[in-house]
Amino acid sequence: MRVGIIGIGHGVFGRRSDATVQELAFEAFRAAIEDAGIERKDIDCSVIGAVPEYHKQRSLAGVVQEYLGLVPKPTWLTEVACASGSAAIRTAWLSIRAGVHDIVAVIGCQKMTEISTPEILALMGRVGEVQWESVFGTTFPGYYAMFAMRHMHEFQTTPEHLAEVAVKNHFYGARNPCALFRKEITRERALASEEVATPLRVFDCCANADGAACLILAREEKALEISKKPVWLAGMGCATASMSVLRRPNLVGLPSAVEAARQAYEMAGVGPGDIKVAEVHDCFTIAELMAYEDLGFCKKGEGGRFIAERRSYIGGSVAVNVDGGLKAKGHPIGATGVSMTCEIARQLRGEVPPDRLVPGADIGLTHNVGGIGQYCFVQVLKRE
Amino acid sequence: MFKWFGKVNFSPYTRVADFARHLKEGRLMGSRCRKCGARSFPPRADCSECLSADFELVEVGRKAKLLTYTRIVAAPTGFEALSPYIVAVADLEEGGRILAWLGETVKEKDIRFGMELHVVPRIFTELEEIKVYYTLEKES
Ligand SMILES: [Zn+2]
Repeated sequence: MRVGIIGIGHGVFGRRSDATVQELAFEAFRAAIEDAGIERKDIDCSVIGAVPEYHKQRSLAGVVQEYLGLVPKPTWLTEVACASGSAAIRTAWLSIRAGVHDIVAVIGCQKMTEISTPEILALMGRVGEVQWESVFGTTFPGYYAMFAMRHMHEFQTTPEHLAEVAVKNHFYGARNPCALFRKEITRERALASEEVATPLRVFDCCANADGAACLILAREEKALEISKKPVWLAGMGCATASMSVLRRPNLVGLPSAVEAARQAYEMAGVGPGDIKVAEVHDCFTIAELMAYEDLGFCKKGEGGRFIAERRSYIGGSVAVNVDGGLKAKGHPIGATGVSMTCEIARQLRGEVPPDRLVPGADIGLTHNVGGIGQYCFVQVLKRE
Repeated sequence: MFKWFGKVNFSPYTRVADFARHLKEGRLMGSRCRKCGARSFPPRADCSECLSADFELVEVGRKAKLLTYTRIVAAPTGFEALSPYIVAVADLEEGGRILAWLGETVKEKDIRFGMELHVVPRIFTELEEIKVYYTLEKES
């Protein structure tokens, strides 16, 4: 039984000091049910993707459920760091595949600017494995920086390659009204920005943001009945890698991404060469280069050349992050995975403004990573 | 006394707490499963191979090879005063991996991937509190 996307709703990402997290969720939810052409009573259940430690409100799912007016339908929260949104989609997909629910609302929502800078800095010190690693002041950019250093050493990847990823994502972000940063940047500007953790600079890092995105999923018969243009969750991959970098097979890629991609391609019956448009988890520029390789868009080590040859631009071999990616769109961690799937579904429906539409896209992919790769979800989407 | 371990300690309670006491006395310890002999660094109480909970701490060699590193400029809470500092990951010669600061004997311009390093236990007291950790140095 196939599971289809019948409704898409995407809020504006940014510093949303105008709204609570449930208000952000509402904004995306209302757009999604309008898009689906259904009413709230048609929804059997909701799954909320969010990372709790950023919110003042504890146990967020119930609060969102109440605000959306979905009580007494069931709801629950999924949390796997920055991949929480994709975990929510997977959970909804599982519940439909299990035959328990027919129509499920998936809401990824996050406020990250609610907490103070000292609180953010304290959280930042605990992204790694706390027993043996955080005691040395490791940080999220620090881990990706160590991947980047090793990648540069093994494959002659350069800071210019990294900067080119930022340039591309800002180029497309400038064309996305939901994006946090809507300005193009130059490679020179990226390379001159302040260093965060060698070799990563400010422009190699995505920014925290507030925002929400929503999808309405339905079982095949319902999807065909309700929607003229359902997009199918054709391949659903999900895998883990060790939390600790001390127990990883290598530090130049994410083994969880390789495995999740393998599962998703196999389930969908496609290969990397069939993907026309992809959303990959560019929390840092190096992460996008490693994603090209882990997903099989190019061989391991060729990510730098892939961007240098503009093969991930529209018109290249696969258009990647043409909504701006986490880099320019902003990264409200619980919403990001849902946002990625929204973008691919829109691309496959051909409902993206012409300046960033991937012409004739029929198969797309999302790659959503939690933490430094301890979780990875890869989805292959197809249109009818 | 695992709360001794680290500039900032987040997890004072662990079954391998003795690690910190050994480190304070200058010994670097890994774990060995008493049932199947599997070794681990960092040490772990429960065997990842045979699931046995019966383990002992055993001293491990201090030689390591640099795998990767980064110079952290934007530091988290508790590390601001140290910034910038270099965090490195190195493969221990006897198996296992270690993450630690590069110490003062390694100048940034001399850093080479694969270079030989030595794990050196460090002890210092801060406001009458004992802190132990290790750094990666050129000479032991
Ligand atoms: Zn054992």
